[in-house]
This record gives sequence, structure tokens and C-alpha cells, in this order.
Amino acid sequence: MAKAPAKAKNSAPAAQTNPDAEDFALRSLQQELEQQKRFDASDEQMLHFYEQMLLIRRFEERAGQLYGLGLIGGFCHLYIGQEAVAIGLQSALDNDRDSVITGYRDHGHMLAYGIDPKVIMAELTGRQAGISKGKGGSMHMFSTEHKFYGGHGIVGAQVALGGGLALAHQYNEDGGLCLAYFGDGAANQGQVYETMNMASLWNLPIVFVVENNQYAMGTAVKRSSAETEFYRRGTAFRIPGMDVNGMDVLEVRQAAEIAFKHVRDGNGPVLMECNTYRYRGHSMSDPAKYRTREEVQDYRDHKDPIEAIKKLLIEKGKSEDDLKAIDKDIRKVVSEAADFAENSPEPDPAELYTDVLVEEY
Amino acid sequence: MAIELKMPALSPTMEEGTLAKWLKQEGDAIEIGDIIAEIETDKATMEFEAVDEGTLGKIMVAEGTEGVKVGEVIAILAGEGEDASDIEAPTSDDTKVEDTPGEGKDVGQDDADGSITPEKPKSEPKSDPEIPDGTNMLTISVREALRDGMAEEMRRDERVFVMGEEVAEYQGAYKVTQGLLDEFGPKRVIDTPITEYGFAGIGTGAAMGGLRPIVEFMTFNFAMQAIDHIVNSAAKTNYMSGGQMRCPVVFRGPNGAASRVGAQHSQNYGPWYASVPGLIVIAPYDSSDAKGLMKAAIRSEDPVVFLENELVYGRSFELPQLDDHVLPIGKARIVREGSDVTIVSYSIGVGFSLEAAEKLAEEGIEAEVIDLRTLRPLDKQAILDSLAKTNRLVIAEEGWPTCSIASEVTAICMEEGFDHLDAPVLRVCNEDVPLPYAANLEKLALIDAQRIVEAVKKVCYRD
Repeated sequence: MAKAPAKAKNSAPAAQTNPDAEDFALRSLQQELEQQKRFDASDEQMLHFYEQMLLIRRFEERAGQLYGLGLIGGFCHLYIGQEAVAIGLQSALDNDRDSVITGYRDHGHMLAYGIDPKVIMAELTGRQAGISKGKGGSMHMFSTEHKFYGGHGIVGAQVALGGGLALAHQYNEDGGLCLAYFGDGAANQGQVYETMNMASLWNLPIVFVVENNQYAMGTAVKRSSAETEFYRRGTAFRIPGMDVNGMDVLEVRQAAEIAFKHVRDGNGPVLMECNTYRYRGHSMSDPAKYRTREEVQDYRDHKDPIEAIKKLLIEKGKSEDDLKAIDKDIRKVVSEAADFAENSPEPDPAELYTDVLVEEY
Repeated sequence: MAIELKMPALSPTMEEGTLAKWLKQEGDAIEIGDIIAEIETDKATMEFEAVDEGTLGKIMVAEGTEGVKVGEVIAILAGEGEDASDIEAPTSDDTKVEDTPGEGKDVGQDDADGSITPEKPKSEPKSDPEIPDGTNMLTISVREALRDGMAEEMRRDERVFVMGEEVAEYQGAYKVTQGLLDEFGPKRVIDTPITEYGFAGIGTGAAMGGLRPIVEFMTFNFAMQAIDHIVNSAAKTNYMSGGQMRCPVVFRGPNGAASRVGAQHSQNYGPWYASVPGLIVIAPYDSSDAKGLMKAAIRSEDPVVFLENELVYGRSFELPQLDDHVLPIGKARIVREGSDVTIVSYSIGVGFSLEAAEKLAEEGIEAEVIDLRTLRPLDKQAILDSLAKTNRLVIAEEGWPTCSIASEVTAICMEEGFDHLDAPVLRVCNEDVPLPYAANLEKLALIDAQRIVEAVKKVCYRD
């Protein structure tokens, strides 16, 4: 994001600092973020972020393993590398009233709610004990109890559905907002912009989050998008944009604080781009020939969101041993989830016919 | 603890592959994310990545080995503090893949009783409520009946709202929502931009979020832009969530051919939506059914596609003046009794069928006319009961013949009513062409009473 020059020489830069300028609002949230980029987390919060991100990492590693063993079938999209986005954003939600919706890469967003990893893993293995009774699978998981509305397999569809959830918040005057995630691939779907138009027109309480993991399946952002700075794409609908480092949980959390406040104050939607990186393939059957090994390794070695927070925790006096113990505990939780998922029964054949309709006619 | 590295499944369909190359050797330290081996599938060469750290112990499958089954142990990884060389190779019994999900012994197709259709608990068949003697009968247009049905439900339930193009200030492109804005205000009667995919998604999402949206499509032709949300988002939600997440939305608007509007604006989507499990599809003909089924649709916990017909909006019919006129979904209605032949129809086709029945009566053929009213779930029993009575059946449908409701009814008669048939079932449908604009061609393409008369005479062997 270009900084406003110290002395404005023409009208365009002046608009960036002058609150009266017509398009100031489109930049104001970003400017607020620039002033303080990172959330001032307590030690306890920081440790919690670490634990939650590590749980997603270990869970997804295990899911990849179970896929390799044939225990998970079909499509399985792992969230490894993107953990800071879900944790940074969802830790800032008011879970009594806010709703969340996302696409098919949804395991991490479920785990961010503290939903039992067992029922998530059991859904991946297609068992009766899964959160969707084994009928949804990796891409179709929901928890209406937590106001998590899925888990959608059609790229971009969740954005319009999220607009509807936001409409329901506004209609019911419940003070909630909807957090609607989508990827850089979905960002080129037409319905995303149909939704942005209506969300802005009707001042809906929604935060659009582009999880830009740089590749839409195998197509790099610059090969698919005329405007690769996705946070700018709300401008046509007068939606303010935010450009966020999605590999830094504290920056994501800070951006969430700013965006959520803006929406809750009745100012309408926000578009936030979280720049992140997916370490694994698009799905399990991705040979990943569209990027170099070195590129992936560079992210792992230098930009990893979990390593970053780990370093901070050590600086603040946590010992390596303490952190290793946490990792051990998490591995145990994940192992138990995997055992549960592997050993619980498949759905009863009679379940084939249930839940097609709610009522009998 | 030692970890067995097994041949991974690298795609949803992979069963075996070639172990092309080991990139790590016995004794090498392995970090999470390291590429251990390259594996060739029929589609691509994939990298096998470590998900655990440790030391590579014994390599069980040499590089270059073809046809390595998914799940076979290819190497052993020693954990922290273990000596890789101490680890025993597993016996061959351990390499067997056990209990593949979905292929359990108990889910085969070998039911002893040979039953191939699931037994579902049958609920009592619902029928239309009795209209008390002395009930005042109003004459009212279908357009007004639909509007009144929506207005009554909006009064009854705060969660019900209407959204769509021109539904509010313009009072409805076909005036079906006339007056609703004045009574309920802009919060509950929402004008949308021309953006079907977007607002169908917003309506569907609002239903997921607990509201009761009525989404009007100016015509169902434009709903093709939005069909993904109707089919993929609305219809499948309850099932995919294991019954957790409901989607009580009504998609409504005119369907089928109007008059001289050409191919893109003249299509019957009944068969499309009726093929989708998870949807309710209603296509009423007269005012009483329009109102009673609209109210039922709005109250339903399931997503409903409610197909109206522009040419029928202005027709007037009797409507019982009742406080709460709600009709059962999934129930056909005999609109004319007869003993010689059954004519099954729905929507505007019912009008043609009744007209045909009158002509046939003049020639001594008494036709029973059944209005399906609901296309999904289809009231099979009503069709079969009438067939058992008349032994002859014709279906009249204003729509294309291929993969139509008519095709479905024909199949039902063949599968479940074969012994009652005295003649082949005939379909009277539109011609199998895009609808032309020219007045004469359009007339040729669409069904009419005369074609139904001819088909009935054929099945009665009276032609």
C-alpha cells in the first residue's frame, strides 16, 4: 500500500489523508492498520493462538496421512500454512452472535471454534459420529450451534450465502456480523461482486475475507487476475479494503479488530485480503508442478506463522521444553481423533434415506 | 514409536502406483515436509512428503517397483530415541489393507428378500381439509390469490420477507406482489438489482440464518443464472449437514411459455427441479391451490420451488373464504371425475385437459382429470388409483417431452401399474424445439386441448 506523501501536491494524494475527501473512507481502515500493525496480545492470548494454530497444523498433517492410507476419500483440501488467518480472525469474533461461512478448505475454521477434533476427523473418514453424520465429508461440515454455516464446495457460492447470513443479522437486529471467507480463485467469480454490490447497497454487516494463498488450484494469481491486489476490488462498490499479512496471526487479529468495529458501528461491509500460503497441494491429488520446491521451502523456513509466534513466545520467556510439551499434548489429541475416526462405525445403511427433507409429505 | 510409511493414495481413484525413486536413504534424518520418495500414478509423478520426523529405517519396497498397492508398507520411520536399525520389518500379514471404508461386508446388494426399494415409514396420506358447509366462495384471480397467500403468511410470521427484481416500488413485474410494500415496508419487501445468482444466494443464506425468504424470479428463465444456489446450496444443505442446517426458502415466479416472447423466455423448468432430491416443487393451476399451496410452501421447513404461469395469473377461480386456507404439499387433486380415461396434468395444462374433457364428453368419453399440483414429491398413488379405475392414461404437459414429468409418469405407470393398462400411456407435450416467435409456429409448438383429445381417442381406440 502506497503511503501518503508528507506534502500533498495534487488532489489524489490529498484524498488519502483528508477525511473529508470522498474516497477517504475506502482507505481509512488500512491507514488505521498501518498505525498499529500488530495486536497487543497478552502472553496468555499469544499462547492460545500458538496452541490453536498448532492444532490445525497437526490435525491437517494427520488428515493428509489418513488420506494416504485410504481412510479419507474424495477431495481433501488442507489448511497447512494458512493457520494464522482463521485463528487471527475468529479469535476476534463474538461467538454469541457472529456467523462464519467458508469454502471447501474448512477444517481449520472448524477447529478454530474449538469444535472437538474427533467429530471433524470422523467426518473426514465418513463415519456416523462425524459432525455431518458422515454424509458431508471434508468439504461439507457445519456447526449451526457455533453459527458456522459451512463448508461449501462450489467456488464462490459461500460469498452470496454469507451475504444472506449478514442480511439475517441485520433483519433480526442481533448485532452480529458475518465473516465470509473465499480464496483468490473464488475472487474471480461473478457472484462475489453481485454480493458486494448488494452488501454495500444495503449496508450489510459482513466482512469479506480473501484468503489469498497465491494459487487457484494450479493457477498463480498473476495468471488469473487482472487486479492481483484483491483488497482493491471492493472500491467499485465503495467497500473499504485492507491489505493484511496473513502469515502473522497478530496482524490478522489487529485487522479483525479494526474491520469488525467498522462493521459493528453500522458502516457496512469491509473487504480484507489476507496474503497467505498453502504449503500442500490444492487438494491431496495435486502434483504441485506449478511452483518450485524452493518457493514452498522459503515460506516454511522464513514466513511460517507458527514458527513466528513460537519465536515471540520464547522471547517472552517460554521455554523450548514447555512448547515441546504443548506439541506433544496436541499430537496426542490428534492421535486420539484419528483413532476415533478410524474405529467408529460407518453410517447405518438406513441413513442413506434420512435428512433428504425435513418434513414428511 | 516406529511409524510405518505406507504407499499413499495420491488421488481419489488411485489403487496402486510405481515407487519411482527414493530421495532419502536408510539412516537419513527426516524432517516434516521432506520429500522422501517420488511416486508415479497413472496421472502424474507425485512427491511423497514426510508428515512425521524421525530417521528412515528399513526401506521395504525398492525403487522402480511397479504396481505397489495403496496401503502397502514401503518403509519404516524410527521416532526420536529409537535406533532405526533395531526396528523389525513387519510380517507380510501386516501389509494387508483392512476394512476399506465403504466396502464393508454388510453393505452389499445381496439382500435375501430381493427388495430394491427402501422401506420408508409411511405417513398417513394427507388430503385437502374439508370446506365447511356454507363457506362463502369468492371469485379471485390467481395473481391475487398468490399475493394474499404471501401477505397472510407475512402477517403470521415476522421472519417471512419477499425479495426480487421490481417486487416493491414497481409492485411486481407481473403485479403479484402488488400492495405488499405498502403494508410491510421496505425491510420485508426488498427490491434487488438485476443479479439473480447473487440474490438467490443471499436469499438462500438468509434461510440458513433462520429467516423465511420468498425469492421472486421475474421469470424462471432468469433463475438459470441462479440454479446453482437452488440445487447445490438450498436442496442439499439438510442432507450434507446430517440434518443440522435447514434451508426454508421459497423460490417463486412465472414458469413455462408466455406469449410470443421467444425461446429464451419460454421454458418449463418443472422437470429440471423435480429431478433434484431435497427440493419441493409445486406448480398449481387455480386460485385455491395457488393460495393454499403458497401458504404451505412458506411454512415448509424445506426449500420449495414454486412454479407459477403468466398466462394463468389473470384467470379467476373460486376460492373458499377461510381464515387459514392451507393445502397439503405432495397431494394431487382430481379436478374432474371420469371412468373411461385418466388425463394427468399440472399448471396451465390442467386448463387444456379440462377443455379436452368437455369435448370428449360430447363424444361419450368420460375423462378423469388429475392435477398433480406438486411435482416433487409426486403423488404416485393418485395416478395409480385413477389408472386402476380407467385403465387408460394420457399426460398433458406444457413443456418438452424428453425427460419430462410426462416421462416420469409414464415410467410409474409401467413399473407399478402395468397390470392395469389397457393401452400404452401417451404423452402430449410441446414440440421438441426451442419455442419460435412467429405466431403460427408458436401455436404449432405448444400443446392444446385438441391434441389431448386426439391422444385420448387413441388410447380409447376410438380414432
